[in-house]
Amino acid sequence: MQRYSGFGLVKHAFGHHENWERQWRNPEPKKQYDVIIVGGGGHGLATAYYLAKEFGVKNVAVVEKGWLGGGNTARNTTIVRSNYLWDEAARLYNHSLDLWKGLSQDLNYNVMFSQRGVLNLGHTLQDMRDIQRRVNANRLNGVDSEVVTPQQIKEIEPEIDISNRARYPIMGASWQKSAGVARHDAVAWGFARGADAHGVDLLQNTEVTGFKIRDGKVLGVHTNRGDIEAHTVGCVAAGNSGVLAEMAGIKLPLESHPLQALVSEPLKPILNTVTMSNHVHGYVSQSDKGDLVIGAGIDGYLGYGQRGSYPTIEHTLQAIVEMFPMFSRVRMNRQWGGIVDTCPDACPILSKTKVKGLYFNCGWGTGGFKATPGSGHVFAASLAKGEMHPIAAPFSIDRFHTGALIDEHGAAGVAH
Amino acid sequence: MFYIYCPYCKEHREEEEFHPRGQAHLLRPEDPENTSDEEWGDYLFFRDNPRGIHHEMWVHSVGCRKFFNITRNTVTYEILETYPMGEQPTITAETERVRKEQGVQAADGGWQTVGARPENKALNEETSS
Repeated sequence: MQRYSGFGLVKHAFGHHENWERQWRNPEPKKQYDVIIVGGGGHGLATAYYLAKEFGVKNVAVVEKGWLGGGNTARNTTIVRSNYLWDEAARLYNHSLDLWKGLSQDLNYNVMFSQRGVLNLGHTLQDMRDIQRRVNANRLNGVDSEVVTPQQIKEIEPEIDISNRARYPIMGASWQKSAGVARHDAVAWGFARGADAHGVDLLQNTEVTGFKIRDGKVLGVHTNRGDIEAHTVGCVAAGNSGVLAEMAGIKLPLESHPLQALVSEPLKPILNTVTMSNHVHGYVSQSDKGDLVIGAGIDGYLGYGQRGSYPTIEHTLQAIVEMFPMFSRVRMNRQWGGIVDTCPDACPILSKTKVKGLYFNCGWGTGGFKATPGSGHVFAASLAKGEMHPIAAPFSIDRFHTGALIDEHGAAGVAH
Repeated sequence: MFYIYCPYCKEHREEEEFHPRGQAHLLRPEDPENTSDEEWGDYLFFRDNPRGIHHEMWVHSVGCRKFFNITRNTVTYEILETYPMGEQPTITAETERVRKEQGVQAADGGWQTVGARPENKALNEETSS
């Protein structure tokens, strides 16, 4: 792998930047691998990267039906935070946040991780009680959360409207200073390049059409490019997890919904942080390019069409204008929808299945991006050892029958 | 934006008047005392999540406030029929497959969908409002 550096940039400038190496190979599928990862999005690529780099499993393939990072990895609002209520979730997202901090150096790829802080606004007394409870839970779990007053919010984010003129005046917020945003595509590309450098085969345009299962054990996958054998298969297919599970005769408690986001025309720097509000249902940050990145809630109905409904956009923009009246005349550039696999308790599933050797990592719903490195890391550990990593273990699919749910609707909600 | 036919109001109304309430035709276990954890979990949390025909419950929340069912394609978002509670769908994934094989054109799909089934003239007509 060609290492990137300032010196390299200068060197290649002399060659008019024509001699850069390709970031990853485009290999033919082998007949047999130790581990197959189905799904080449952020989580799948991260899993493959950590498998090869940290857990010594080099003979790995990532099977992707489209192109790398072309699904929800390319369609999210890039927020990274870990202020979740329950211990299990806080451990998982905090593990991820720890990995984010050194990710650019680790991958030798600038993922543009910027810890600019996240505000979660409260607009009612109940909001504020929930925020206090969550902040206290966060602090017990070592998450740097604090409650801030409207005046403090105004100091952090000067353009916000904290007056009483608003329909739902802002009463306070929780503030996680170490949270922030990262460049979504670079995360996928960085993991892909890193995985490829460690010998992982990234198989694009390869669609899994079925699983080879005998005596309750997975033996490989059928694809449109032939059969591939492996005794360990990890499915990381987000919105299409349910379809894959059905091929293996497994039912998952997932529902796929459209989730949409918008970006505006580029503006001069105006926002310092990520501002989210569960109550008025919207969140906004500003990318380094200058455009406002705005996220909406999910559409309430099931949907696999990668588009959302207009009432949802309208509702979201009302919320944004309520928080930042000065954005009322900003024009929107693009709008898109992704398919999110939501779980009944708003927490993911990282789990073994009744088919031996077949694992699922899914159900991240509306907030999977922030967990990309952490999810990949613990899932890779689980695949390598054949035993779920302690951080991943509570997220077993069994919880929907034992009742040990991890209810994160409060910390999740719109705020992802 | 969906344009949904409410089988009680007998009118096409805009999506914003309605609220989706998940999979239709779910039955609560008849004998809760003797229902296993497995069955309870399945009833509470496990839902159909098809790419294609889906039967779902909606409520006309700012209209007549009654619940009814919709058969809808989750990929094209085409609404194939709406029918009151207690009735069974006339279009299912199975009949839809047969219809496709016979080359019968379904109702216009797409983004701006009209709640209609081709067989039923009353549902196909646009209301002038």
